[in-house]
Amino acid sequence: MTMSLKIERDKNRFRQIVRGKVRENLRRYINHGEMIGRKGRDLVSIPLPQLDIPHFRYGQNGGGGVGQGEGQEGQPIAKGDDEGEGTGQAGSDAGQHIVEVDVTLEELAEIMGDELELPRIEPKGNSTIQQEKARYRSIRRVGPESLRHFKRTYVEALKRQVIEGDYDRQKPRVVPIKDDQRYRSWETTPEPEANAVIIYMMDVSGSMTDDQKAIVRTEAFWIDTWLRSQYDGVECRYIIHDAAAKEVDEHTFYHTRESGGTRISSAYRVCSDLMDRSFSPDEWNVYLFQFSDGDNWGEDNRQAMELLNEKLVTRSNLFCYGQVESPYGSGEYIRSLEQTFGRDHEKVVLSEIEDKDAIFESIKHFLGKGR
Amino acid sequence: MPAIHRFQPLPQELVEVQQKMEAHASDYGLDFFPTIFEMVDAEQLNAVAAYGGFPTRYPHWRFGMEYEQLSKGYSYGLQKIYELVINNDPCYAYLLASNGITDQKLVMAHVYGHCDFFKNNHWFSKTNRHMIDEMANHGNRIRRYMDRFGVEEVENFIDTCLSVEDLIDIHMPFVKRTDDDTRYEFRDNTNDEEDAGSLKFEAKGYMDSFVNPPEKLAAEVERRRQALLEKGASFPVEAVKDVMLFVLEHAPLKPWQLDVLSIIRDEAYYFAPQAQTKIMNEGWATYWHSTIMTRHGIEPPDLICYADHCAGTLASSPTRLNPYKLGLELLRHIEERWNKGQFGDEWESCDNMRAKHEWDTGAMQGRDKIFEVRRIHNDLTFVDEFLTLEFCRENKMFSFGYNEHSGYYEIESRQFDEIKQRLLFNLTNVGRPFIYVRDGNYKNRGELFLEHRYNGVELKLEYAQDTLANLYKLWGRPVHIETVLDDHLTTLSFDGTEHASSKSEELVAMGEES
Repeated sequence: MTMSLKIERDKNRFRQIVRGKVRENLRRYINHGEMIGRKGRDLVSIPLPQLDIPHFRYGQNGGGGVGQGEGQEGQPIAKGDDEGEGTGQAGSDAGQHIVEVDVTLEELAEIMGDELELPRIEPKGNSTIQQEKARYRSIRRVGPESLRHFKRTYVEALKRQVIEGDYDRQKPRVVPIKDDQRYRSWETTPEPEANAVIIYMMDVSGSMTDDQKAIVRTEAFWIDTWLRSQYDGVECRYIIHDAAAKEVDEHTFYHTRESGGTRISSAYRVCSDLMDRSFSPDEWNVYLFQFSDGDNWGEDNRQAMELLNEKLVTRSNLFCYGQVESPYGSGEYIRSLEQTFGRDHEKVVLSEIEDKDAIFESIKHFLGKGR
Repeated sequence: MPAIHRFQPLPQELVEVQQKMEAHASDYGLDFFPTIFEMVDAEQLNAVAAYGGFPTRYPHWRFGMEYEQLSKGYSYGLQKIYELVINNDPCYAYLLASNGITDQKLVMAHVYGHCDFFKNNHWFSKTNRHMIDEMANHGNRIRRYMDRFGVEEVENFIDTCLSVEDLIDIHMPFVKRTDDDTRYEFRDNTNDEEDAGSLKFEAKGYMDSFVNPPEKLAAEVERRRQALLEKGASFPVEAVKDVMLFVLEHAPLKPWQLDVLSIIRDEAYYFAPQAQTKIMNEGWATYWHSTIMTRHGIEPPDLICYADHCAGTLASSPTRLNPYKLGLELLRHIEERWNKGQFGDEWESCDNMRAKHEWDTGAMQGRDKIFEVRRIHNDLTFVDEFLTLEFCRENKMFSFGYNEHSGYYEIESRQFDEIKQRLLFNLTNVGRPFIYVRDGNYKNRGELFLEHRYNGVELKLEYAQDTLANLYKLWGRPVHIETVLDDHLTTLSFDGTEHASSKSEELVAMGEES
């Protein structure tokens, strides 16, 4: 058997295990990693499932080590949960040599698009609005130090030294002078602008637990990331509801827990008002995402459907409803939506998210229409 | 030709580069096995790397996992393997076809450093130099078992064995600790004697399972086990660190299971010196690629690419000590000290800092010294012997630890003693807890009793319990481990259905590492 076939077989075996198709006994060792990595400087790590084999290991108070660099005693250097391994964990692989790099959000969106096979979105709306955009794509001899092009500068210096006969092969020293400096520079080009708004609605009544909110949060992160890669300007708005609804900021959205009942139509009304006020569908690509555990007061359903159909669906690019599984919710609402809009509506996408593992499929489902 | 593929012949240009680099390496006194370079594309390199360097290895999901990570990392531009060298005679090294000529030169120079290290470092002296054949043989045996007993069954058992694969005695190859007549095996190539009481006959690797059929061995193991149990004695007499060996000799396993366990153990011993010498090995290879490249290898077009690559290789991060950098800097530090005669009694007893700073006897013994260092040391002794206060200061080293209140790793200290102690701790026993078999007939009921030699750091409880459960699968009777939890001596047990833990009242005081 050739090697590529061999490794493919091992890879498929691993995937089968991760997906739980075989070897149920290993399921508990699957480590999904954190999907939202460092969001601070726009750097994020790629999620990779890993399977761990248990060994006798030191616990966390053994997780210290020796490092190198600046810093006072007591200064934090890394977060505790990312297993700051000491040098002891050098590993047993042969002389491998690996360089690690971080990913930007744009690249991440691209990776996600490839991975989920998402279609690019054709923005609708006013493509005649033009705006001047700065793009760093040229090189100049002057500029601020922060934009200095390191490699080019040194190449110039080397060229000069070789021409001048200064370059000594025995002692390869390259010292740039002022004339060698090269800087990145920008050009402005007019580009059409397309804007999008994402309006998130979530049920915060008592039946939604923290686990469910964590799922919503992860899902919203990926949706944001994708849509931001498709539009120049993306705004996000957040609406929470129990029996009544209101618009809130992002933090409140994820951290509110009410005990009241559930009236979904209230959220639709607030959403519709918000669109009337700020986001006319002529100028905006409107994306509506609603998350709930599927519980609604029975008598509210009729009103909710009416509002959704008349005020929201007609005026938006896409309406996505994600139903997270909850120990308390009845899960009825998705069936009402199904009866009203059917499974194959061009703008209404319904998805049931059972657990963290289902996020992947659900995002694919939501964004797979390319609208 | 051993059981490895010829991927594609090296292009003429690289053949010439190889000849040059090899000549430079020899001129400097590097001494290596014949070295064969294979040109592969990124996918192939990732696959070979996933198999730990051995394309013919037995099938297992973890190689697939490794591959997926490497290939995802590569295709998204996150990471890239530059080189891969196999400790074997001849040495095999892989070159990435898409690398530029500068990188190829550098990698070749680097590889000769590794090859020299493999051949001459004492800790590698007992490793199997025909591991490529041996691995292929392991692969065939395990595939055969999978055909016969089912993939799931065999894979399950491999996973169980892997759970204890680190419970070996890394010094065992160098010490005759057990009597010859109870020795299961550790193949020592110089030992030709055939003792009558031996469990096994010495045989060439690929013939082994024919000369010593697993069925016979299993029967012999079972007979000895019964004999020992009948004696009612507690055994072993002395605590045994090679838990895998103990299990091999005494657990009631089926013949194929014994064979699989011994394969996993063989491979663990083969890879162990690489983990033991990571800093030195990488430091040594980096020292040589840097020396050869900067003095002979670089031509003007290479310079910037070379500098860029080196900057990446030697970058340091606060939470991970870069073995390339630490190894390289320490070797250079040693070279400088021995060049200037900064060693010996006179140097040690000098307390005039100024005199020490300007000390130069013109001894010029640096190069000889580092060759000696690469022959006899491993990372632990290397750091213990040569990490100095001056070096720590110059390289801005610090120790860090976990702060439970903040949930962060924080810089703990810039004191030399503490830094060195922490580093030595992390290198001791390859950073793993010390586990011994204390009793294989615990309570005279054939139960297995292990002890964790506590040195101030507790075991990760969940993992310890799961590992116990796996040991139970091997041992077939209840298993226990004595360790320390919350400063109390505690015994964790697993009887096949339930985990139990019994805490003694005895408080364990731990000051310094014992």
